Amino acid sequence: MYPYVTGTSVVALKYKDGILMAADMGGSYGSTLRYKSVERMKPIGKHSLLGASGEISDFQEILRYLDELILYDNMWDDGNSLGPKEVHNYLTRVMYNRRNKFNPLWNSLVLGGVKNGQKYLGTVSMIGVNFEDNHVATGFGNHLARPILRQEWHENLSFENGVRLLEKCMRVLLYRDRSAVNKLQIAKITEDGVTISQPYSLKTYWEFSAFENPAQGAIGSW
Amino acid sequence: MDLEMNLNAPHSMGTTIIGVTYNGGVVLGADSRTSTGMYVANRASDKITQLTDNVYVCRSGSAADSQIVSDYVRYFLHQHTIQLGQSATSKVAANLIRLLSYNNKNMLETGLIVGGWDKYEGGKIYAIPLGGTLIEQPFAIGGSGSSYLYGFFDQAWKEGMTKDEAEQLVVKAVSLAIARDGASGGVVRTVIINSEGVTRNFYPGDKLQLWHEELEPQNSLLDLLNSSSPEPMNI
Repeated sequence: MYPYVTGTSVVALKYKDGILMAADMGGSYGSTLRYKSVERMKPIGKHSLLGASGEISDFQEILRYLDELILYDNMWDDGNSLGPKEVHNYLTRVMYNRRNKFNPLWNSLVLGGVKNGQKYLGTVSMIGVNFEDNHVATGFGNHLARPILRQEWHENLSFENGVRLLEKCMRVLLYRDRSAVNKLQIAKITEDGVTISQPYSLKTYWEFSAFENPAQGAIGSW
Repeated sequence: MDLEMNLNAPHSMGTTIIGVTYNGGVVLGADSRTSTGMYVANRASDKITQLTDNVYVCRSGSAADSQIVSDYVRYFLHQHTIQLGQSATSKVAANLIRLLSYNNKNMLETGLIVGGWDKYEGGKIYAIPLGGTLIEQPFAIGGSGSSYLYGFFDQAWKEGMTKDEAEQLVVKAVSLAIARDGASGGVVRTVIINSEGVTRNFYPGDKLQLWHEELEPQNSLLDLLNSSSPEPMNI
């Protein structure tokens, strides 16, 4: 069992009013950057936002499962609606049970949301490892973005500072992750609901003097 | 020296397949080579297969897998059309392909491009690569020959082309891929689908534009020798 069309890192953090999540729009096919307009973050119900990395077809299937879950929840018509904690738990069960049958859904998921003023941010991997934290990431994001977040994240970040912090992480990923593409979306979820931004691109910086003639001091090196 | 061609290798359509939307419909294109190992089993295959009157699919990868998937989907769509009471939409066709591709991902090896026209959404192209991801795009390329076309389409694709511009783009692209991909070859077939119906076109290999290092085909060296004197013999 192996993945074909894959998405790379998802990064998310808690801020003053809720959760901010970022993911680029790439769908890689091995080393080819094949699809460049894949939406890897989707709203779930009224209170949650799901971001996924890994196999896109499995993410599409998970969205169908969640569609059915939310539908049945609405059909009870009892005034209660599934919050992010419940959706995260459901996903954990699905991922872990598939792992036990040696037929995993090849994804790393980030589930964020706000319900009744309570902010929630959790993650589940393809083998069912799950936890909550103030900031989470998948894939390369764990290695490149989390260290930045550990240094610079603090309680009650403003929306602007949260976005800037995520963009700092996404820029590093763009420089250093081969499967990153320069077209991303940032999503926000608050008590009022989910907003996913329009796709946009980040500026990059290449004008370090050390970059101009790196082999000058040692011809043949880089 | 490899004189043992594996003539019993599974039939695979190396292939170049393309689907492009234009202002009013879609144009589907494909080459016509089917190979078993190194041998060309069929040099004039038809890889653009009908699913309904208004929806066609371009097939790549395993010939057997793509045929059986399109056969099942044609069957399902036929029943769906009867039950629905009107033509199926290209979205439904694409989703049925996805269902089979996704649920049998461990066994199938076929990449498909679904293209069609319906009264609700007009012309649409859906790509379903290995694994069963469904992705709607303004244009899609697939098959082994598509590797050589990513750069070409990044440059040459424009939104809002006319039917003729779109078809010319598809023919040019398949022709370029054939030039470089050993697993693609033969003729270029196109299918144009719009509100007026379906048109099939055929561009034989020898009528395509010549690319770098390709020469004008001749009947014989003798013609070259006889036409202009000192020129042809070269060391």
